[in-house]
Parts: sequence; C-alpha cells; structure tokens
Amino acid sequence: MAEVLRPQDAAGVAETLRELGGSGRTAVIRGATTKAAWGGSLSTVDVALETTGLVGVVGHEPGDRVVTVRSGTPLRSLQATLALAGQRLAVESGFVDATVGGVLATGEAGPLRLRHGAARDVLIGVEFVRADGVVAHSGGRVVKNVAGYDLGRLLCGSYGTVGVITQATFRLHPLPAAWAWVVAPLLTVADIVPLVAAAESPSVVPAAIELDWARGAGTIAVLVEGSRAGVVARAESLRSALASQADVTGTVVVDAPPPWWGAYPFGPGDVGLRVSVPVSAQPRAIGVLLEHLGDAVTVRGSAGTGVLHAGLPATVAVASLQAALRGVRALLPRTGGSCVVVTAPAQTRAAVDMWGPVPGLQLMRRLKAQFDPAGRFASGRFVGGL
Amino acid sequence: MRAATDPQVPPTPRAPVPALAQRLRTQLGAAAVVTDEAARRTYECDGLAHYRTVPALVVLPESAEQVRKVVLACRDAGVPWVARGSGTGLSGGALPHADGVLIVTSRMREILQVDLVNGRAVVEPGVVNLAISRAVAEDGWFYAPDPSSQAVCSIGGNVAENSGGAKCVKYGFTVHHVTGLELCTSQGELVWVGSGLAAETPGYDVAGMVVGSEGTLGIVTKVVVRLMRRPEQVTTLLAGFASMAQAGAATSAIIAAGLTPAAIEMMDALAIGAAEQAVACRYPEGAGAVLIVELDGPAVEVVEEEQTVRRVCEENGASEIRVAVDEAERAEIWKGRKSAFAAMGRISRNYIVQDGVIPRTALAEVLADISELADRAGIRVANVFHAGDGNLHPLVLYDETVPGELDAAEVVSGAILDLCLTHGGSITGEHGVGVDKMDKMPRMFSSDDLTTMQLLRCAFDPPGLANPGKVFPTPRLCGEPPRPRSADAPGYPPGVQVW
Repeated sequence: MAEVLRPQDAAGVAETLRELGGSGRTAVIRGATTKAAWGGSLSTVDVALETTGLVGVVGHEPGDRVVTVRSGTPLRSLQATLALAGQRLAVESGFVDATVGGVLATGEAGPLRLRHGAARDVLIGVEFVRADGVVAHSGGRVVKNVAGYDLGRLLCGSYGTVGVITQATFRLHPLPAAWAWVVAPLLTVADIVPLVAAAESPSVVPAAIELDWARGAGTIAVLVEGSRAGVVARAESLRSALASQADVTGTVVVDAPPPWWGAYPFGPGDVGLRVSVPVSAQPRAIGVLLEHLGDAVTVRGSAGTGVLHAGLPATVAVASLQAALRGVRALLPRTGGSCVVVTAPAQTRAAVDMWGPVPGLQLMRRLKAQFDPAGRFASGRFVGGL
Repeated sequence: MRAATDPQVPPTPRAPVPALAQRLRTQLGAAAVVTDEAARRTYECDGLAHYRTVPALVVLPESAEQVRKVVLACRDAGVPWVARGSGTGLSGGALPHADGVLIVTSRMREILQVDLVNGRAVVEPGVVNLAISRAVAEDGWFYAPDPSSQAVCSIGGNVAENSGGAKCVKYGFTVHHVTGLELCTSQGELVWVGSGLAAETPGYDVAGMVVGSEGTLGIVTKVVVRLMRRPEQVTTLLAGFASMAQAGAATSAIIAAGLTPAAIEMMDALAIGAAEQAVACRYPEGAGAVLIVELDGPAVEVVEEEQTVRRVCEENGASEIRVAVDEAERAEIWKGRKSAFAAMGRISRNYIVQDGVIPRTALAEVLADISELADRAGIRVANVFHAGDGNLHPLVLYDETVPGELDAAEVVSGAILDLCLTHGGSITGEHGVGVDKMDKMPRMFSSDDLTTMQLLRCAFDPPGLANPGKVFPTPRLCGEPPRPRSADAPGYPPGVQVW
C-alpha cells in the first residue's frame, strides 16, 4: 500500500507536490476512493495524495446562484448545505461518499445531465495545483465569463492526470417546488427512440429521461420538475402520450423514483461499461450488447442523451466482452461517441482495450506532456496510457 | 483613429508571404487568394474598428482540406495566421497580423447535416448563426445562443469567442451548444474532437477547451451544434421603473423566487431615451429604468411564472407592465433593447461599448459606483445590460472632436472594469479579450495562472502561429525551436510592399 498524504489546503498540496518532484516520486490523486477501481490499470505509484483534507464551502451567495467549495467536500454534504437555501448543484454521483473533486475528475454525471449537461457545464471556476506544485486558477466566480482559457474543461474527466483540483466554483440551480416521475414499461429496445421523442415534447420539458433494461424487460422513467400545478399537468400529459405511444397500460405517474434511478448497474468487482451513442443509435447499441452478452448484461442510464451504463458479472467471458466492445465501437459515428470499460477485474482489464478509439489522442498526449512532463500523476489510468 | 499595430507582439522579420501566396494560388486557385492592397484593406479590422492592421495576405478557402493547405503553407513558411468569420467581434480577436495570413471562412457556408432525431446540425464555420435556426424553424427547433449580431455573425466566430447573447441566463453559452468540432491545428492536423452526435467522448474535453480560445488553439472547419425544441410558450414582459435601483431589486426578487427566465435585460434612462429617438420603441414614459423579462417553457409553467414576475415587479414599484404573447408584440418590446447600442449615435458622436461582469448581488452598488465615476469625469454612461447574469454593457459616451473627451472616456471605461474585478467579476462576459483587454488579464489572473494557460496553448500550437499576440499579454515561448523558413522565400522588412 502506497503512503497516503492528506494535505489540508492548496498550499499544502503544492508543497507536497514539490517534495514529490524533488524526490522523483509519483502519485495517484484520490478523494473518497469510491472510484479507485475506475479507469485503466494504474502503474505503480509511490504516494496516494488524498483531497479529503480539503473540505468545506468557501463561499455561497444564494442571490448569485454560485458556490465555491473545496474539492474534498462530499457532494452529499454540499447538496445538503445548498438545499437549505432552496438550491442545488446539478451534478450527481452514483456513490454516496463521492467528493466534489472526484466527481469532476472522473466525469460522473447523473440523470439531470439531460437538462443541465455534465459537471463541466456548470463548473465556472477552478483552482488546481500543477504537477510542479504551482497553484493555478481559471474561470471565476461569475456565471458569464470568457476571459482566458477554461482549464476546468481540461481537468473535468481527466482522471487526475494533469493536476490536483483543490477548489471549484459552480453555477447553481433552484430546487424545484415539485417533481414527479412518469414510468412506462419498455417492451422492446426499439421503443426507446419514439418514447424519448414523446417525452421531449415542448409541453413537458423533462429534467431527465432514464432507462433500465435487464433480462428481456425494461422500464423508462421520466422526471418532470417545476411548479406544483405545472408538474401535475405536465406529468399527466406525458403519461397519456407515453401510454398511447408505447401502446401499454402500465404507464403511471409516481412521486418517487424507481429503485434503480441514478444507480450504476454494476458493483465492486463487476465489469462496468459506459456507452455514449446518438439517441437514435441506442437500440442498435443495446442490441449489440445483448447479442454478445445475453441476459448477463444490465443496461441503465440517460436515454435522453444516449449515455448508458452496462453492468456484467466479473465472470463474463472475455471473448464475448471483446466482441461486444468491437460491435458497439463500430457503431460510433466519426464525429464522436464512446464505448469505455469503466471498471473491470484485473484479468479482464489486461485483455481488453479499456478506452476504445480516442479521436485527438495526439493532442491529448501533448497536453499531458505540457502539464505533467515528468509523469508525476497516475500514469496508465487514462486514455492512451496517459 | 488609434495606432494600428499591437505593441505586445515582438517585431518579426517580414515573412515570406509572396512565395506563400504563389503556393496557395496553385493549391486553392487564384480567386481564393487576395493580394491586392485595397482588397486586403477591407479586412483591416473587425467590429472593434479602432484597431486596424492590413493583413499581408487574405485567403478564402472553400473546404476543410483547403484550410489545412493554408495552415500547412503557413507552418512551412513560419508565417502567423488569423481566422476570421464575419468580422463582427468586439475585442479585436480577428484583427489581422501585419505579416500574416488572414483565413476568412465566409466561403464555407454550408449546413452539411441536420439530424433532428438526435437534435444536432453539422455546419461549416462560415454559416451565419441565425441561418441554423432558420433552417430548422419549420420543424419547431432552434439554435439557442443568440448574440445580438446573430443575423451576420458566423458560427466559427461564435466558437472562437464562446458567444453568449440575451438568453444565456437559462440556456448558457456557445460552449453548451457545441458538441463537436473538426479542428485544424497549426501543425495541419485535421481532427474531430468532442462527442458530435453523441454526448461523451473519451479523453480530455478538447472541444470544450477550443470553444472560447479566441482562435489561438487552431481553426475550426466543421461544427456540430446542439439544437433545441422551440418552447411551447414564450411570454415577454416589459416593466417600467422609476429608478435603476428598483429594477435591480426586481431582478433579485425574480431570482430569489426561484425563477430562471430565458432573459432579464435592463436599460437606464439614457439608453431608453436614445432608443426612443432611434426606433420609437414607446417604452413607459419617464421611466428611469426598464426591465425586459422573457419567460419560456411549457405553457402551464410560463403562465404561473408570469404571475410571479408581475407580482414581484409591482412590489418593487413598477409603474407599468406590458406583456407580449405573440411575435409582433414581442418584437415591439425587444426593438428598443436590440437597437440600443446603435441608438447611441443619436445622443452622442462616439461611444465605447464596455463588457464586464459582476455578481448579480452587486448590481445596485456597482451601478451607483459607475454613475459616480461618470459624474466625476464629466462623461455620460448609458447602461444596457443582461441583468440576469450580471453582464454589464456600459456605453461610455464621448465626442472625439472635444479635446480630452476620448481620454476621459477611456479612463471611465477602464475604471468600470476595475469595479467589476473589485466585486469579484470578470473583464469580459461575452466579447472576449482579443487585443482590447490583454492588458487587463494580469488584473484578473496571477502570472502563474497566465503561465498555466500558456501550457494549453503550447500543446495545441507549439510554434505560436495561430492568432499570436491576442488574449495573453506576455506569451510564453513553447520551448520548441521555430520551424526553419523555406530557403527560397525572401524576407522583407516590415512595411515593404512587394506585390
């Protein structure tokens, strides 16, 4: 087990990194370690640099709908603080203990991404420490700001390969007065596209459209948020539209999410995939997964954006997994999309291409070389072995 | 007129442009290469006309492959280049380089693909912002970012500047509506970045970094934009107030009520008066401020929100509230706001458009401070701004024929940015840094911050050929030796005309 360092502020992180540099040691950056098993196989590191000492809200001005928070703060406790002011951060994690920094670094996004985008879309400012121990900032504390490069975009989803996020400033949203879920059975994956189109009606404007598919049957659940009267009317109009669209009778309006809502379809030790395809390509992508993996696979995620997770037991045959990855990756348009193995047991990792095709990899290598020329951070974990 | 060239750029020997022009004529055809001095002069500035530089060469490529050929020719010759769309930028971001090539995308105007099932369009960079919304309007869709120049400005320019508009409060900026880019780096790499028709792609968010980089990381040759369904209902309210303080308080109350209108715009008495003269917008007579609030979304929600906005405005002393529910009425309300900048010509010979941002909660204090600044300097400042997100556009009025007025106006304009920074805001909300605000960057960012941003630049553009001398006051050298100039290309000293 590597030595664990737990600095208490940005200056402490900077000092730690300068010391590591001086002694030529490498580090993995981590928060609450909820996603320590995500990403490619980490090369041996000397030190774990933990952000859990960097906690607390630095500033929250409800009238500005902006919050600045230290990166090791648990997302859950940040949300609790914001809720007292009737606000929320439109960022979600599938792990109860996840830290703000960890969610940013791994690019986690939950159901609300349909309406609010990924975490990077609500991140308006960031403080981080470079591999050489220099503390840097980009963005600011106001929502509208185009001064300088947006380095938050570099850090989000970077898996700790370019810097240690120490503080983040986010744009906030008001908590809705009311919400409801419209839940419909999904009889066949081919129905996903028409159901999403129906749910996206301008008279509904859902906050999230999620699906769950396992063992030959599925569910689609649509979150409607707004005023009390508005939600009742919109949810009912959606219920009737989905019921007629899917020709089913089991479409209902409920006041609580289905049990699988926002949860990954894989647990510790399982194989987890993340697939991002155009909305219209979801039936084909799921079809490919089912063809190669059969009933072993559970698919769940944001049908409204085409970002799906798939879960498989650790015992899945590597050849089947490889065939499924090849099949889904062949569906990806030239303009982008992804089919990534998020997590897998060691023997599976070694046998598969975790990240798949990475357009712009040469540029990414140059970015890594600029920000971490000595390879101080977490090598092996990210795309192209970065 | 102001001195044209940028003092921050170190003097370089005049680049071997004639040979480069010859190479590009062969590769792109003579019509795509502009060498005539008078023709080049038409590109000497963008929307910020007091910076002027005639480019050494203008090239009008018709395809991504042609752009790549231009960039490769520049790389081989060590010649800098600047990308330009429609030239409507307000920070000098597309100001040409005297020894460089101006790559104009106005011949790349095709909407290549519209995919409404996936809510995307793939367009060339020269496509005009509004053309996208027009192309999908009949099907009930639109492209959300709406800078006030949207009838003219190009999507490539929007990407470079991360353009906003009136509806950022709810819909965000260009970066939230561009999902993919085909990017040509200064090395001539032509690569798709971003997620395109999908929502995610593995690796660093390269597309997100390129949006708003003001043409310094490369030139985009195709853009994938996210389309949205037109809202079921749009309701626009115009409220007149006796004072800016009242209108500001109403804005805060709308936000505190948990609403997120598509737009909250404010104008002060001076701006209202100018708009009245220019377009007879018939805003409430004698109003010290007007607020325009646009609500959109499902009808059932908008109706309820309208009641809240009405109540809040009344509680904060609104003298008159008008509501537009159809396009004609809406256009009537927006007419005054949209013509406000141009209308300044009615009340002042000259004016500076400033663009700064403050936290919304500092609005009342900053407006009072601006007013005091203006009074002290004996300069008039009209305020027209996006109140919903604290993005101020003070219009600093002056008369260039009055000795000292320009200087006084510039001092006030600069002091307004200082006020924004003092209150934790930004030196630019949507116009960009360009050449105009480079000197303010060190006020907003530490030298470590700026050096760190240069690392990004060095990854994309090691020789520093893409729009050099913009955004950053002191560019860092990227540690790579500059590319050798081709031996047969003669170098000319600056200013020598060789055509």
